[in-house]
Amino acid sequence: MSLSQVEAATESDQLEPGGANLRRAAWRRLRRDPVALVGFALIAMFVLVAILAPLIAPYGPRDQPGAGLITPTTIPGPSAEHWFGLDEQGRDELSRIIYGARQSLLVGVVAMLLGMAGGLVLGMLAGAFGRWVDTVVMRIVDVMLSIPGLLMAIAIAAVLGQSLTSVMIAIAVINVPIFARLLRGQMLSQRESDYVLAARSLGVRHRSIVLSHVLPNSMSPVIVQATLTLATAIIEAAALSFLGLGGADPSVPEWGRMLASTQLYLASAPHLALFPGLAIVIAALGFTLVGERLREALDPKYRR
Amino acid sequence: MRGTGLKRRLIAGAIAGGLVLTVAACGGDDDSGSGASGDGGTLVFGASADPVILDGALISDGESARPIQQIYEGLVGTEEGGTELVPELAESWEPSDDGLQWTFTLRDDVTFHDGEPFNAEAVCFNFDRWYNFSGIMQSPSVSYYWNAVMGGFANNEGPEQGESMYASCEATDEFTATVTLTRPSSTFISALAMPAFSMASPKALEEYEADAVSGTGESPSFDGTFGYEHPVGTGPFMLADPSDWERGSQLTLTRNDDYWGEPAKLERLIFTVIPDGPARRQALEAGDIDGYDLVAPADLGALEQAGFQILYRPAFNVAYVGFQQNTPPLDNLKIRQAIAHAINRENLVRTNYPEGSQVATQFMPPELFGYAEDVPTYEYDPELAKQLIAESGETNLDIEFWYPTDVSRPYMPNAEANWELIRTDLEAVGFTITPKRAPWDPDYLNTYQTGNTPMYLIGWTGDFGDPDNFLGTFFKNPNQEFAFNNPEIHQLLQQAEAETDLEARTALYEEANRLIMEFLPGVPYVHTEPAVAFAEGVSGYVPGPLNNESFASVTVE
Amino acid sequence: MLKFVVRRLLLLGPILLGLSVLLFFWVRALPGGPAVALLGERATPESLARVEQLYGLNQPWYVQYSKFLTRAVQLDFGNSTQTNRPVTEEMARTFPATFELAVAALLLAVAVGIPLGYLAARHYGRWLDNLSVTGSLLGVAIPVFFLAYILKYVFAVRLGWFPTQGRQDPRMDADHPTGLYVLDGILTGNLEASWDAVMHLVLPAFALASIPLAIIVRITRASVLDVVHEDYVRTAEAKGLWERTITRRHVLRNALLPVVTVVGLQAGLLFSGAILTETVFAFDGVGRFVAEAISNRDYAVLQGFILVIAALYVLINLAVDVSYGLIDPRVRVK
Repeated sequence: MSLSQVEAATESDQLEPGGANLRRAAWRRLRRDPVALVGFALIAMFVLVAILAPLIAPYGPRDQPGAGLITPTTIPGPSAEHWFGLDEQGRDELSRIIYGARQSLLVGVVAMLLGMAGGLVLGMLAGAFGRWVDTVVMRIVDVMLSIPGLLMAIAIAAVLGQSLTSVMIAIAVINVPIFARLLRGQMLSQRESDYVLAARSLGVRHRSIVLSHVLPNSMSPVIVQATLTLATAIIEAAALSFLGLGGADPSVPEWGRMLASTQLYLASAPHLALFPGLAIVIAALGFTLVGERLREALDPKYRR
Repeated sequence: MRGTGLKRRLIAGAIAGGLVLTVAACGGDDDSGSGASGDGGTLVFGASADPVILDGALISDGESARPIQQIYEGLVGTEEGGTELVPELAESWEPSDDGLQWTFTLRDDVTFHDGEPFNAEAVCFNFDRWYNFSGIMQSPSVSYYWNAVMGGFANNEGPEQGESMYASCEATDEFTATVTLTRPSSTFISALAMPAFSMASPKALEEYEADAVSGTGESPSFDGTFGYEHPVGTGPFMLADPSDWERGSQLTLTRNDDYWGEPAKLERLIFTVIPDGPARRQALEAGDIDGYDLVAPADLGALEQAGFQILYRPAFNVAYVGFQQNTPPLDNLKIRQAIAHAINRENLVRTNYPEGSQVATQFMPPELFGYAEDVPTYEYDPELAKQLIAESGETNLDIEFWYPTDVSRPYMPNAEANWELIRTDLEAVGFTITPKRAPWDPDYLNTYQTGNTPMYLIGWTGDFGDPDNFLGTFFKNPNQEFAFNNPEIHQLLQQAEAETDLEARTALYEEANRLIMEFLPGVPYVHTEPAVAFAEGVSGYVPGPLNNESFASVTVE
Repeated sequence: MLKFVVRRLLLLGPILLGLSVLLFFWVRALPGGPAVALLGERATPESLARVEQLYGLNQPWYVQYSKFLTRAVQLDFGNSTQTNRPVTEEMARTFPATFELAVAALLLAVAVGIPLGYLAARHYGRWLDNLSVTGSLLGVAIPVFFLAYILKYVFAVRLGWFPTQGRQDPRMDADHPTGLYVLDGILTGNLEASWDAVMHLVLPAFALASIPLAIIVRITRASVLDVVHEDYVRTAEAKGLWERTITRRHVLRNALLPVVTVVGLQAGLLFSGAILTETVFAFDGVGRFVAEAISNRDYAVLQGFILVIAALYVLINLAVDVSYGLIDPRVRVK
């Protein structure tokens, strides 16, 4: 959530409607941007690792090649055989990191999609109908935004119980008001724009204007937001795991939980905390870099 | 009464000037620099939690017990580093022939921190206070140990309570107190060494309303200030000023210069709260604290290498996998045996526990009398486990297996790691495990005690040196934790508790251990030696099995 | 201006009301409902009945809600089940700590973020720009608790420059009349204690500052870019003013405006970060207390704290908007 709430509030209405041309131009700019390219590379790595996990991981996530070698004070670090070393149960750390990418990707994508869907519904309600619907919806959004995101996620997870589903729902819910406010701002500014007024004066039906013109043209900032949300969702999932509210099965590798549980072994095996931490940073950084640069590319202010 | 503290802070916070502040802060500023007698110095000890309240009768957790042990004393104590009883506030004690009357001869040179004399009347005042607890104070979550040891009150209000073992106390002369019981018990005198039975100043108890309580039994609210601001005992340390306990962050105790025995060497003893285990280690390494308890197994090597002292307590605990036999297939003995054979306990103990930990064969540690060398054992044998499953005739091998989060116990430093290893072993022989977990307090404890965790990880650390504290707690009566009814075991343990002859008791408990391990209500897997870590210059701390170490003889360079 | 403030204050009402409804039903949605949440699953029917009587849980929901609201308005949130003390007392203890930490983090973020953003803008599109943008975004991508652990490990454990945890050296005799330890030291004339409190603040503040840092960098950069291209700067350049004067007089002052807004918007994020930072550094503030309340199922604390935190958050935003409106008249018109 970190960047996103601010986006929703400060810059949502700074972006101009652009449509396909703007997006093509943005894409051209993005391809020449070294920062964005680094971001794309990180994302590609993350997604490939997640999808191909069973093919590239040397061991299964629950295999214990080091069974019998481990005591609390002797946990072998990186070696030729185990590049990232073994974990506190004698499992191959590299394989667990690789499989952990799947959980992170799953949580990130599902939470982002759910949050976006919820935000679309609310934002469209508010933006399309205006007046009292708008007021009611935006007050709901205000209430939701007034609770710090992590606290809200915790409260929701407490109701839903410990499972991966509740983590995804909790993260989705805190992103709903952000998308809602963003989309409403977009649609409001579109509604007043010339081409919509023109269409209306030509007698095009309200719903058809909204669906065929206003909504598509509002999508650029939503795409930016979605990219950034992927990053924050990954970090939030890790934070929830860190606070003990992660998925139900501890044997399924999750970066956040791996990071939290290996704190106990920091003295004898610091690598166990390092690798999952770096994995989270890499995945989150990829989406953040691309999202930020995409925003900039879409923003006419930076075109010189 | 407790509202005033808040108001003072709020006023002080609202006014940015200094006038009100100095007035507010001056209330009890006479502690600083008053250490006239000597050099003792200050020791900072890292605690994992803030004490709940400084009133022994109302607590059952270790972090409350630790400072209470320094402030208060009981009639009897335990030897340094062991479980044998030694005189404390009573010089000697004698049971009557029928075991119903206990006569305590008290020390005549003891005064409480508030100057009140310690005598037989004070002893009886304390006993009668506990015995006459009413309403919320009777709740097992408030007066846990009185409930556990005595079993009831003068006027029982809850359905759980029965006839109290305690009947009355009489001050036969100034320094002789006689306690009368309703039935003979061999655990009574050992139990008195616990902080739950420590002697507090009658005057302070009354003046500061120790028994004023509201709220509910499970969530009591103590409205008096005794246990928060005026915990007055006879021990070598005391709370010199109410403001020395900054709730939630640190508790500063000061040496009691008028102590009846040898005064404490330290001038100040500070308990500072660091909930996170690795954070306590780092605080010690950085010199922020001088020592801490509950050292994680993984930290032992690094600390020892860096020159810190690691002191080990004798193993006085047990960790086990519990079964609730109200859930099939755990009611099937063959299945329980299969599980016992499937778990590689040697591997579990080596992987997750420090050196010196022993694989357990029964539900009590070898240190205690009544430990049986010849209990049935279940060595690691996956093939045999598969065979037993086949013989059992059970086809549904799905089991809900629970473990706690947010907890670290000496017998279970990392419950999740234990759980994962056991799960792997069980799935290897054909069981299907459904993972279940809950935060330790209150969710996990509540759920397992109500019989809703078919298979679960738990353990126990002994409170006093008697087998009844282990076997009796688990199996003396039918309960939901194990959810079985085996009259043979229950009766044997009840008989053993009432028996007063040591030799006869030993035989009874040995027999009970054999029976229990045959019946296999759970799989005990480890006894550990809990470690305490100290900085180099600290000496005089004698680790004991009961975690009730005194800081009186500790010095710091 | 007054109308603006009043309108925003009136908005606070519906938000808090909506929040109280949410929280009210939240506790009722918890597994087992409020009585079990209060008592635990082991509770006997008798004590359940007693609690239901005590809290009026057997009455219709609207009666319960109005009772809850009445008590909430009087700041009566019941007792913490962890400490058995009134929730308001716990607030008075923990809020100053978190306030102190948040202020320190914001100061750090501003001190690092504004120069970095300015530098990036002046070198727009070049490697220094890319580097500072990537660097500040790295702060967003690093989980706060991971960063906190790294900072602690390197600067407290390995190098020993800072204490590893807490707010004040336990060995120090210090009075804390306000609960703001740095201020307390100054007020009580104990400067050593103040310095000690500052040292305890450094690492947690750095960890927490990583969150607002990226946003301050970006907004500073964007507004400097804006301003640099506006005519008055060109005019000034044409007039031959030294570059440094331009920077000070025009660019930075205008660039600071959005930063003020960001500070307000960051309050909620800072709080989320505080939960994690305070947990790592055993910093006795709201975040750590709430984190413990979560694992101890202390719903009275969670209910009360969430309500108050949200109210504070809305008020902070109001205050920021008002001060922003005072500086920049355009906002009022909008």
